[in-house]
Amino acid sequence: MGIPIQVTVNGKTHQHEVDSRLLLVHYLRDVLRLTGTHIGCDTSSCGACTVHVNGLAVKSCTMLAAQADGAEITTIEGLASNGELHPLQEGFREEHGLQCGFCTPGMIMTAAQLLADNPQPTEAEIRHALEGNYCRCTGYHNIVKSIQHAANKLNS
Amino acid sequence: MANYIGQAIKRVEDKRFITGKGKYTDDIVLPGMTYAYMVRSPFAHAKINSIDTSAALAMEGVVAVFTGKDIAESGVNGVPCGWQVNFKNGDTMKEPPHPLLVADKVRHVGDAVAMVIAEDRATAKDAAEAIVVDYEVLEAVVDAAKAVEPDAPLVHDDVPKNMCFDWELGDKAATDAAMASAHHITTLEFTNQRLAPNAIEPRAAIGHYEEANDKYTLYTTSQNPHLTRLLLCAFVLGIPEHKVRVVAPDVGGGFGSKIFHYTEEALVTWASRRLNRPVKWTAERSESFVTDAHGRDHVTRAEMGFDAEGKMVGLRVKTLANLGAYLSTFAPCVPTYLHGTLLQGLYTTPAIHVDVTGVFTHTTPVDAYRGAGRPEATYLLERLVDTAAHEMNMDPAELRFKNFIPPFDGVNQPGYQTQVALQYDSGNYEAVLKRALEMLDYEKVRKEQAEARKNGRLIGIGFSTYIEACGIAPSAVVGALGARAGLYESAQVRVQPTGKVSVYTGSHAHGQGHETTFAQVVADKFGIPMEDVEIVHGDSESVAFGMGTYGSRSLAVGGSAIVKSIEKVIEKGAKIAAHKLEAAVDDLEFAGGKWTVKGTDKSIAFGDVALTAYVPHDYPQGLEPGMDFSSFYDPANFTYPFGCHIAVVEVDPETGKVELKRMVACDDVGNVINPMIVDGQIHGGLAQGIGQALFEEVIYDESGQLVNGSYMDYTMPRADDLPMFETDRTVTPCPHNPLGVKGAGEAGTIGSTPAVVNAVVDALSHLGVRDLEMPLTPERVWRAMNK
Ligand code: FES
Ligand code: FES
Repeated sequence: MGIPIQVTVNGKTHQHEVDSRLLLVHYLRDVLRLTGTHIGCDTSSCGACTVHVNGLAVKSCTMLAAQADGAEITTIEGLASNGELHPLQEGFREEHGLQCGFCTPGMIMTAAQLLADNPQPTEAEIRHALEGNYCRCTGYHNIVKSIQHAANKLNS
Repeated sequence: MANYIGQAIKRVEDKRFITGKGKYTDDIVLPGMTYAYMVRSPFAHAKINSIDTSAALAMEGVVAVFTGKDIAESGVNGVPCGWQVNFKNGDTMKEPPHPLLVADKVRHVGDAVAMVIAEDRATAKDAAEAIVVDYEVLEAVVDAAKAVEPDAPLVHDDVPKNMCFDWELGDKAATDAAMASAHHITTLEFTNQRLAPNAIEPRAAIGHYEEANDKYTLYTTSQNPHLTRLLLCAFVLGIPEHKVRVVAPDVGGGFGSKIFHYTEEALVTWASRRLNRPVKWTAERSESFVTDAHGRDHVTRAEMGFDAEGKMVGLRVKTLANLGAYLSTFAPCVPTYLHGTLLQGLYTTPAIHVDVTGVFTHTTPVDAYRGAGRPEATYLLERLVDTAAHEMNMDPAELRFKNFIPPFDGVNQPGYQTQVALQYDSGNYEAVLKRALEMLDYEKVRKEQAEARKNGRLIGIGFSTYIEACGIAPSAVVGALGARAGLYESAQVRVQPTGKVSVYTGSHAHGQGHETTFAQVVADKFGIPMEDVEIVHGDSESVAFGMGTYGSRSLAVGGSAIVKSIEKVIEKGAKIAAHKLEAAVDDLEFAGGKWTVKGTDKSIAFGDVALTAYVPHDYPQGLEPGMDFSSFYDPANFTYPFGCHIAVVEVDPETGKVELKRMVACDDVGNVINPMIVDGQIHGGLAQGIGQALFEEVIYDESGQLVNGSYMDYTMPRADDLPMFETDRTVTPCPHNPLGVKGAGEAGTIGSTPAVVNAVVDALSHLGVRDLEMPLTPERVWRAMNK
């Protein structure tokens, strides 16, 4: 038996009946077909599934779809506005902050939260903020630079 | 126009990834799709008495359940091994079957015994839990050293002593003699621990059989879709290759683990035909830990002999390589031809002998993981060198300078013939060490170390000067060494009528940025804008049979294949241009995107020639229309990147925690097409190498349970474990491929591990610490300091 939910994802409102055990990440990927949000683990350790729920970065594998009833959600697909890339998206491209791209949506969504809280983070603060996100490709060096790039852009 | 080679061009593939529009295997949904879930053994070694699937089959939404018995009865085979290593006495290696689903006996935790297929993922998983397997648990062996003991349990009944092969390379008599007369011998005994590759995208596969066309499509997370197709068709399922399309779409990292042909790929393909519906399987992370081939796991004793001046006189190595329960696709080649052949290192050691025994255990199969054999070789060599320097009271940099092979470019000086089969292409080893010492400001850091020590602070400096064999490689050579495949690469360059260019490469990108790097090469060679070039890869339907990406081979082999096709286009284009310009071919030159009659301003542009080729109204007689060329490039030799990595660490005297303060890397990967991408490859490699030194280890308990099979338990480097990396390059071009490139994918991983361990040992040397087992966890370091 489904639980009725209403969520607004990237500005669009959806109503569905969901299985009580359905994770938010599966709702986004399988029901809404927003596959930019990835799944890298089953222990809430990798951060590949990070989205914004009511303005806060959340690992969408740690939350049930039913818990998101009434929420405003932003995924990587909704980050650019009017065809303009978000400064973080631009930063990741400019500084080669991605290789395979699998961790990237989660990295960007996590970094967006960081910059919202702390517009001018130090390198150490950036590294600390990324603690919940694994990247196996980049060694994080260029991810740090990408976030610095975006911070500079946002502050200029 | 165009001058892309050597420029840090931003990647063209990034747009889709930063906007969430990448297309990975699990993102694909097909009409009527079903979902598979594997029932896996919780035991390392057990007899299967019975499997009761009735409760699962009765569940709503369950489409089918298949067991090992169904697989056996359907007549399909297990997954084959792609490399043969013989015993010293000439006997063929032991090659036990690796069934898609086991029917009789499980041999490692995670061995699949049944596949449930349902209308959705959750139902498949529920049904899998309802399957009752009656196991009779048997004694297991997980450790290579124990597996060869006389009373060890057997993994395969017909493989005595669990020995897959024994193998040697080098001159044993000369090495024994050299060691007997050595002035000083440094000996180390250690385990190069088992690692889990852990690409962040878990493996996935979708089988899709279409009855109307009698055609199969397999979408899979693969580094080499063509090889997967070949093995799947010819060896496992026995289905016609031309009726099978294998697509490896965007792939979220591989690091070797996605080279191999896995059972699940065959299972979904087979089941899709049975059910006449698409079947998708996506690994959960805990499944990845027990089924993705692991890396390393060598138990090694290594001795290096020196004369009174500190010149190396001999090297003797004995290794037990843990292969796991079954032979993964390239498993036998990793500890042998990718390890033993690298033991010359950068040094002139005149006598080398290596002895390797491959051993089965009740663990997940082991195969190539980033570096594959070369990190193990580098680790033992570079740990020996720094240890010897300490023992002989010499500076570790000095000891290296004393023993380096002198510079040779492979053109004016011949390649360097090693004692262990390979011939190095070109190298200038002193240069990378010199440059790395400068980058570090070596003397200053040594002074700081001495000062810090007075104040009770523990700072250490560790070196590693490595070489690797990449760009694998000449087919005839690897064939003679046991490869059951060629190792060339394919490329098709299709110039469209408007002069736009589509390139189909047999290489596969899963983070390496081929869509950019290859386009840079093509655009430059044709003198056209990069936007006019599209790189297509990963689909066996459009791309000619190719060998895929591993062993840092894409640009050296795949890029060279593209250059070959480009040359064919230019050669044909010249004939068309000569006709249009009413000149002789020899009087033309091709530059800046046009053919020009030398010494005149008469010219014709690339695009006009292309159009003429497809609208051949006014055309050279006897020349075929069109501009579309395929090539296969089989390299003349491996390529040999090399470099120097230096780590500076500080150890907390209270806790034993290691802080990596600096990581300096000067690498020589030959010519560089895109320095931004090469730096990125080095960074990622460094992180994985540092991960092995400090954090990572797959741990089995005695019964064969994987103790740390999740991201909560297996530690990989996170952002705040690492410093910013200090990188630079020297450039010694490869003399035998047209781009002069050597490969950059594995360098960081190969060089960095021993540098970090050497640094920690250096920090603690005055406390009597001589060796440490990886990973250097605070507990291990603290215990060593307080012994
Ligand atoms: S999938 Fe959510 S943290 Fe890994
Ligand atoms: S870019 Fe591949 S995991 Fe981060």
